[in-house]
Amino acid sequence: MKKHLLPLAILAVLAGLPLLGLNSYVMHILILTIMWTLAGMAWNLLGGYCGQVSFGHAAFFGMGAYSAGLVHLHLGLSPWWGFLASLPLVALVALGMGMVVLRLRGPYFVLATLAIGEVLRITCENLTDFTKGTLGIMITRTWVEKTHYYYIILGLAVLTFVVCRLIVRSRWGYYFVAIREDQDAAESMGIDTTRYKTIALTVSAMLTGLAGAFYTNYMGYIDPGVVFSLGEISILIIMVVMVGGVATEWGPALGAGIMVILAEYIRSLPLIGVAYQTMFGVLLIVIIIYLPNGLVGDWPVLRRKLLRRGATA
Amino acid sequence: MWVQAEVFLQTLVAGILLGGLYALIGIGMTLILGVMKIINLTHGQLMMVAMYIAFWLFTLFGIDPYVSLLIAPPLMFAFGMLIQKALVNPVLRVESILPHNQVILTVGIGLVLQNVATILFTSDYRSTPVDYATTAFYLSDLWPGTPVEISLSLPWGVSFLLSVVITVLLWFFLAHTDTGKSIRATAQDKDAALIMGVNVGLMRVITFGLGSALVACAGCLFIPIYYLFPALGSQFTLIAFVITILGGLGSTLGAILGGLILGVFESMTATYVGMGWAPVGRFVIFVAALVFLPGGVASLLKTRKLTK
Repeated sequence: MKKHLLPLAILAVLAGLPLLGLNSYVMHILILTIMWTLAGMAWNLLGGYCGQVSFGHAAFFGMGAYSAGLVHLHLGLSPWWGFLASLPLVALVALGMGMVVLRLRGPYFVLATLAIGEVLRITCENLTDFTKGTLGIMITRTWVEKTHYYYIILGLAVLTFVVCRLIVRSRWGYYFVAIREDQDAAESMGIDTTRYKTIALTVSAMLTGLAGAFYTNYMGYIDPGVVFSLGEISILIIMVVMVGGVATEWGPALGAGIMVILAEYIRSLPLIGVAYQTMFGVLLIVIIIYLPNGLVGDWPVLRRKLLRRGATA
Repeated sequence: MWVQAEVFLQTLVAGILLGGLYALIGIGMTLILGVMKIINLTHGQLMMVAMYIAFWLFTLFGIDPYVSLLIAPPLMFAFGMLIQKALVNPVLRVESILPHNQVILTVGIGLVLQNVATILFTSDYRSTPVDYATTAFYLSDLWPGTPVEISLSLPWGVSFLLSVVITVLLWFFLAHTDTGKSIRATAQDKDAALIMGVNVGLMRVITFGLGSALVACAGCLFIPIYYLFPALGSQFTLIAFVITILGGLGSTLGAILGGLILGVFESMTATYVGMGWAPVGRFVIFVAALVFLPGGVASLLKTRKLTK
């Protein structure tokens, strides 16, 4: 029971937050933070635990977003059905991709993920009859008020947290870490590395797709340049995890909080606000050089440094 | 019938000309990959920076982009060495969970370059309106009775020839100079090279500079025939790594062939499927290479040699 105490306490606090009557801007920030936490946790399962760095999670995010948009556009269903529609679609693409690319060692996976996000964006832009191309898809939002969205994304995030925790603490989780640490050793211990890497990719992709489907419902408008964006989605997901802590349970949540608030803050500044991604780039470089395991992962090192400075001063 | 042949041949010529320039981009990437074992995902952004150098030299001082070949690549050589020394080397020393930290680092550098370019130069499309931009040669001038008419644009032709010259110079450097041999030794076996007295650290720095200089050359050759905007880099980074995969990781000859194949293939997709689909064609050929030929063209060349 004790090991579930912290998550449950945090959940209770988060569930109680809307009761404080926060204004809608704060709610918006909270919703975005939780959404990026979800995506970050999903990425972390594949990138952090299994060691397969993906530069193309925008592909899965975008597919989720477009599933919601397309069921509305073509079938006339509520975009909430996008959650259901996205799962098989994203799973299929991830499985196919895994079987092609994860057989290979080396940088192939990194390159393939980078390419798939870009290609889906271009495909979406060109299939004007099916996806409306660069015009994008507009839907009517179900609620104007944000509380409902908040509880929905919170629910999805809890689901993701539970799925990730169960997987990481199961036999699969140990396989993932073994693959990350030494693929040859893992293989020689009888782990079918391609299979488990594909599993990690598929689960991670499906969860990311859910975040995408939520995005459509929440934002009410999607276009290929936004939901398949390399800089705004793929890199942001990586940054959320890198800043917070690779292969840690709470890293993505911390990272998402920092990134969302930072993005909002920098964007509000005059002049540099336009190119807030410069700051992201600089932050990414600094983090990789000085805190390669993120704030949570390098917390012991960080604390020691801070304490020492305090002692000498 | 002749019209179709004409379209096909013209597409082929355009593809080969494009491929020659692509090869230059690919060689830079593959050199860095071979020596450093990291994918340089800021390769296209470096080219973008070089193109801006050439653009401003042209706009402010009226220096022809082809003359910039003597200015931009040395600058980018220094810039590449700086990146390697100041950013990549520290990351190589850091202990971390993820093996791909250097790759993520290059993405960060790319983000910074692209956005700084946006701040400084806005995201407007720019080009260098050289006065020979529309000059072209026609096959019918040489051979009046020709059944098919093929045109060759002057800047495209010059860019292609210069890229061939640069490639030959590079080959000479790698094959016949001490530094070049040391670079190749480092790529083949870092530890053995170290034992033989090669300064591996220095070779890494030089290689990153050399890769940057090569892609800068490609930038200078591209700008008279292309346009320029800050986000252009990511597109060329994608092209560079498709070529690298197609050619075989770390193989220079492979990169040349890969560049030509990609150039022709893209040009064909643009003519026969549609302009917007060329990037998808790029991906199709990338996946095909991964599935059927993971070692790239280089592995084909190798097996041929063995069977002979």
